[in-house]
Formats: sequence, structure tokens, C-alpha cells
Amino acid sequence: MTDRTYQGLDPQQAAERVAASINLRKRKETRFVWLGKTAVAIALGFLVLLFAGILTKGIPGLFQYYVTLDLQLDAQQLDPSGQMTVESLAGGDFDGVIRASLYEALGNPEGRKAKREARRLISSGSSQRLMTYVLDNPEQLGSTVSIQFAVDDDVDTFLRGLISRETPEADRRISDQLINYIDALNAQGRISYEISDYLFFGSASRDAEMAGIRGALVGSIFTLLVCIVIAFPLGVATAVYLEEMAPKNRLTEIIEININNLAAVPSVVFGIMGLAIFIVAFGMPRSIPLVGGIVLALMTLPTIIISSRAAIRAVPPSIRDAALGVGASKMQTIMHHVLPLAMPGMLTGTIIGMAQALGETAPLLMIGMVAFIVDVPAGVTDPGTVLPVQIFMWADFAERMFVQKTSAAIIVLLAFLISMNAAAILLRKKLERRW
Amino acid sequence: MSFTNLMLAVLVIGALYFIAGQRVALALRSGNAGKLHSLPHYHGLWAAITSALPALIVLLTIVIGKDLLFQFWARDYFPQDILNGDAVDRAIALAKVSNVVNGIDFGQVEPWVQSAGDAWIRWEANAVVVANSLVLAVSLVGGLLGYRRINPTFRSRNNVERILTWMLIGSSLVAILTTVGIVLSVLFESIRFFKLIPPQDFLFGLEWNPQFEGAERAGSGGGTATYGMVPMFVGTFLISAIALTVAVPIGLFSAIYLAEYATPRIRGVVKPLLEILAGVPTVVYGFFAALTVAPFVKSVGESMGLEVASESALAAGLVMGVMIIPFISSLSDDVINAVPQSLRDAAYGLGSTRSEAVRQVVLPAALPGIVAAVILAVSRAVGETMIVVMAAGLAANLSFNPLDAVTTVTSQIVTILVGDQEFESAKTLSAFALALMLIVTTLALNYFALQIVKKYREQYD
Repeated sequence: MTDRTYQGLDPQQAAERVAASINLRKRKETRFVWLGKTAVAIALGFLVLLFAGILTKGIPGLFQYYVTLDLQLDAQQLDPSGQMTVESLAGGDFDGVIRASLYEALGNPEGRKAKREARRLISSGSSQRLMTYVLDNPEQLGSTVSIQFAVDDDVDTFLRGLISRETPEADRRISDQLINYIDALNAQGRISYEISDYLFFGSASRDAEMAGIRGALVGSIFTLLVCIVIAFPLGVATAVYLEEMAPKNRLTEIIEININNLAAVPSVVFGIMGLAIFIVAFGMPRSIPLVGGIVLALMTLPTIIISSRAAIRAVPPSIRDAALGVGASKMQTIMHHVLPLAMPGMLTGTIIGMAQALGETAPLLMIGMVAFIVDVPAGVTDPGTVLPVQIFMWADFAERMFVQKTSAAIIVLLAFLISMNAAAILLRKKLERRW
Repeated sequence: MSFTNLMLAVLVIGALYFIAGQRVALALRSGNAGKLHSLPHYHGLWAAITSALPALIVLLTIVIGKDLLFQFWARDYFPQDILNGDAVDRAIALAKVSNVVNGIDFGQVEPWVQSAGDAWIRWEANAVVVANSLVLAVSLVGGLLGYRRINPTFRSRNNVERILTWMLIGSSLVAILTTVGIVLSVLFESIRFFKLIPPQDFLFGLEWNPQFEGAERAGSGGGTATYGMVPMFVGTFLISAIALTVAVPIGLFSAIYLAEYATPRIRGVVKPLLEILAGVPTVVYGFFAALTVAPFVKSVGESMGLEVASESALAAGLVMGVMIIPFISSLSDDVINAVPQSLRDAAYGLGSTRSEAVRQVVLPAALPGIVAAVILAVSRAVGETMIVVMAAGLAANLSFNPLDAVTTVTSQIVTILVGDQEFESAKTLSAFALALMLIVTTLALNYFALQIVKKYREQYD
């Protein structure tokens, strides 16, 4: 008992005080709820803003302008030696054929300056495109065909209305003459706005109209492949050991502390480790998906271990007891009963870890996956880049068309991430069991 | 055979031994040799493991060890002055040799480089022969030895399980190895850096100017390189502070609303939507910050007559705050939900309104967890890289003004280490020292958060 005596109000006074304060308290309550709702609204507003910004810039980036030209595929001019191989076609004058058709469409401009302006209309990759077409359709040699070529990135930007006609000629990247040419082609219905095949099938390029994500996408797939091959078995094995077998001793404790610490280490530090150990000490080449995958595997390992441990812990002990009771060994109990039952949870954690790895950029910058690589990697030891790094590199380029291409690449990356996370959620819903 | 094919061959041999082992065990069982101790497939596994495991270990050792060995051997070809010189010269010499080996032609090379390269190519060819014969021999002989031990009383299950257990232990040691790798890779280079630059200059220096290093080495004057990390840590914490100013109120109030007020349906919709913010790659946030937010901040600031840098700390901090919102909201949500319902009921029973219960009962009970969440968020913000690389500046201004351009530890690390680095330069090494500081900071923050939770956690029920 305390020695203080309670000097209370009499009930009448107390009731009056409560009644007097009740409105204030109600107002406070409303204000508090309103604060919570505002916070949620702001957070969701940021989400909407982020996605709206990316979609409004990125969806136009999925498309680009093409100009249709009628080409006379003269066999003598394109394939002088007539062997129809990559080598023999290299001697052909593809540019000449395209130019001739372009000049004709523009009413045969006179003078070098006029011709030079006309040539600025189409992408510098057009001859390569024509060569590929001829290689794929050798029977068309000698006939006249209509082929679509990408327009140059400045022309594309103009067609999108991002360069105004009113700007003085000296201040814009395309000349009055070029605008006249564009109008002429437009009047003939030669210019069309279509899904960009360069974006999905083209590789890294400094020319915005030809730049594509194919190399980066393939690089991402190889990197993730290496990552999953290393991280999944290691993560599951570690989780099994720690949950099912590890004795309570110093070593186990150290391992657990290590895993938690690794989960807290900034990702860029994993990149530094990859640089110092795999590239400098082991002498592995830079920029290869193999090293990238190893680094990302070490980075995602804690995620996979932690979720796998949770999945194993969710398997009820009665199942282990039953297995042990009918004479299974410890290892048999784990392999035949615990692991299969915990597998959905482990796979969910692994997919989420892989999604994290797919979006990761900083550690890959450290190990040189930021190099400008035109070739699509053919294996895990070919130099390559990955989608987020490609986005990072494009974001640095000054050409306006790259803004759209970058946003389009972001849309592709987000599409992958969202489908991976959706797969994880579906998997969990479908296979999750409650005991 | 290439090393990949060699690995496949080892696996094929292992598979064959599995079949052989299982078949001999089945034959023993159907014969009158008595009862087998282990099931036939364990005998098969035993034979397969004895064949493949040692062979794979040998293969891995050769693949990893051969380059280190060749580097050591190649020194015999180096002229005396390079051997006596510093590590830079030796690294350059090795690079020259490896160019010869890889057939990269940089014009005329010194005769000793050529002969070292030729020798290296010879060793490489020999290594393939040695690897082939050794690995195949080990796999065949190892498998045979295992296979010959199979008999009815042989306890192959126990042996296989013991090996499996060791493999599990080995896997869990990878976490330790990774930590050791991180610490060693950062520590050694940092020590070398501190030999060049006194630690007190680095820790307390107020100026960061590594770009003058080249000029200094060339002796052309034009400024001295200084390596004071204070401006970067100020920048890092400035941006983190802005991020937290955005993320803590929004995240915390969202968590309170979702945990205490929202109907299950709203909760079911809003929570995953907030999680999306956490799943967006940081490079996307960086792009958003650089392209949309930074110009917006600049134009708003300038319309108010303020001077705003085009890569202001405010823009990077705002976007980083958005990134951290789900981190704070989901951690706080967990903590708030962990406060037992009985406490709320008691508060309601005393006549408090819901918000009074939240403010005076739930939040104080959840406070340690919330503080820990905020500290973890700081550690996340300090280690965040891509947003600051893309949206914050590179100039190391010592400034507390959110409208100035500041730089951060992570963006300096990336700037220094991306692309070609000079060997052994203090500038390159400084990135490792910065990384060391970064690791120490984040781990200290995490440790601190853990201690708070441990010390102040109330045990209910």
C-alpha cells in the first residue's frame, strides 16, 4: 500500500471535466487518423508519380520512327563476287543503294550540301540492316523491295515534337532543309511510327536509334543463372545445417552473426570484394557474368538463408518425429520430409533474392560490367553487361532519344521484376500449407 | 579437354559409378550374401561420391591455383631491376606478359617478356594435360576404391550421410569466408593507403581532392592531393538526414494507420503497394532523381529566389527517402503489431480514445523497435549507392546546405573504382579506406540497433 491518499474529484466535477474535453479529444482523434491517411496517400502518391513518370517517357520509347524506302537490289552492286556470304557482301555498296533510293524519294536533291543533309535522315545502321535483309532473303536480289529503316535519332526527336520548328535554325540539331525533307517523306506516307525492333534485338550502341537491350538482357540472364546455381544450393544447405543439425556452440553462433552482418553490408562493398578477390587476386577477367553472378550470389545468400530457415522452421516437429519414429535417419528425415515440405517457402525466398539480384547495379559496376560491349555474350565467360547497368549507362548519354530508350529499358526491367515477385506470391499462395 | 568438359566427364564417371555401385548392391541382396546394411542406392551414392568429390576438388585446385603458380614462375624471367623495384613495376610486367599470352599485340615487346609469355603458354598447355590425366585418374581410382569396399556389412549410408553433413557444414562456412574476404580485401588496401596518407589526415581532414594526384606525381604543381574524408561523411549524413525527414514521418504514420485503423481490405491492398516501392531497383530511383526530381527542385527553389545546385542534396535525399518509406513502415508495422492487444484493451477500458491509446500506450511500448528500425534505415541510406551516383554531385563540398551539391562515400568509391585504375596510387587505395569506413559505420549502426532492441524490449505475456 502507498501512503498517499487519493484526493479525487467528486463524480459531478469529473463528469463535467470529461464533457468539456470530449470535443477536443474527438478533434485530436480525427486529426490523428487524418495524419495516418495523409501519410499513406503521400507514399502511394510517390509510387504513382514514379510509375507515371516512367510510363509516360518509357512507352513512347518502345516505339520509334521508320522511313520506308523502295530499293533496287542490284546483284552486281551488292554482291560483286556473287557468293552470297558475309565476306562477299562486305564488298557490296549497300550505302549507295540506300542513298540512291533516298535521293529519289526526295526528288533528287542537287549539290553536296543538300545530299549530305538528306543522308542525315536515316540511321547510320541502315546499310547493316539491308545487308542482314539480303542475307536472309537472297532470292530478292535483282528485284525492287520496300524496306523500313530507322530514322536518325535527331529526326526521331523532331518527329516526336520535342524539337520545335519555331526554334531558330542555329539552335536546333536539325536544319531547315532536313525539316523540308522530313515533310516531303511524311507527305508521301513513308514515315511510320512502330514498335522498335532495335530496342529488343539491337545491342549496345552510341547511336540512340540503334541502341537495344538484347546484349544486356542476355547478360542479365547469364548472371542470374550463375547466381542461382551458386546461391540456391549454398543457401538451402546452410539453412538446413543451421536449423536441423548445428550444435549450439561457438561456431554456430559465429556463422549466425556473420549471416546477419552480411545482410547489412552495403551492396557496393560486395563489388569491392569481387574486384579485390576474384579479379585482382584470382586474375579472373573483368566484365564477365561469371564473376558478376558469384558476387551477386554472395550478396543474396543471406536473403535466401533467412527465408529458407523460416520455411524449415515452419515444418512442424511432429513430421520429423514421425519420420524418426519409423526408423529414418536424421539425414533421411531431412531429405525425404523436411526439405520437400519446406521447398515452396525456400523457392519463394530464392525468387525474391533473384529479383533483388536482377535489379542490383552497384556491385557490378565495381567488377567492370559497365564496359561498352557491342557483342551479345555467348556464355558466362564472355564480357557483357546487365540490364540495370545498361540503364545506368544510357542515363548518362546526352541525346534526348536515350531518355526514352532508358525509360523503355526500365519498363522491361520492372516487368521482369514484377513477374518474378508475382510468381513468388503465386507460389506461396498455391503451395503454402498450414499445419 | 577444356575444364568445363573435364568437369562434365567427372560427373559422367560419377554417374556410371552410381549405377555400378547400385547394381552390385542389388546383386548382393538378391544373392545369398545376407541382409545389406544400407539400401542399394546408398552404395551407389558412395561409389559416385568417392569418384566425383576428390576429382572435383583436384580440378578446382588446379583451375584456381595454376595462375598463381604461373605468376610466381614468371618472375624467373623478369630482369633484376624489376624484381628489385616496387609492386607497381611487377604488376605492369605481369600485365605485359599476360598480353603476350592472350595474343594482344601492343607492338614490339622486350625479349624477356616474349620468352616469359612463350613459357606461360607452354605451362598452360602442360596444365591442361596434367589436369586431364590427374583428374580423370583420381576420379577413376577413387571410384574404384569406393566401389571395392561395397559388401553387405559396409555401412555406406552412414558414410554418405557423414560426407553430406560435412558438405552442409562447408556450405555454412561460406558466410564466414565471405566476411573474411570482405574484411581482408578492404583491410589490406586500407593499410597500404594509411602508409601513404597518415590516418589522422584521412579521418579528420576537411578537404578531399584526390584528382590532383596525377599532377602531383608529374610534378607539374597545380594543387596537392588531399584525402580528408570529413566532407564525404557530412554529405552522406546530410543526404541521409533529408531521406529520413521524408521517410520517418510518412513511414511511421502509414504503419500506425495500417496497423491500428485500416480495415483488413485496405491493409491488404496498401501494404503490397508500399512493398513495390521497396522492390524498385535503385538505378530506377537514380534515374528518376536525376531526370525528374532534381530539375523540379531546382526550378521550385529558383522561383523562390534561392540558389540551387543542379545536383542538389535535396533531390537525392528526397528520392532516397521515398525508397526507405517501405523499409520503415514494414518494420514499424511488425513492431506495432507485436504490442499485445491486452495493452490496447486496457487503455480503451480506462476511457482513452484510439489515438490516445496509440500515442500513450502502443507507441511507447513499440518505441525500441521503432528506434531500431530508424537506425537500420540510416544504415541503409548510408550504404545506398546508385541514387547518389546518379543524382548527387561529385565535388566534395563541406556544406550543410541541402541545396548545395554534396558528394557521398559510396559515390566516391564508385567514381574512383569504375573504369581503369592506376596501380598503387593513393587515389585508388583511398576507395578501399572509404569502404572500410563505410563497413564500420553500417555495422556499428546495426549493432547499435540490435543492442537497443535487446536492452529495451519489453517481454509481454
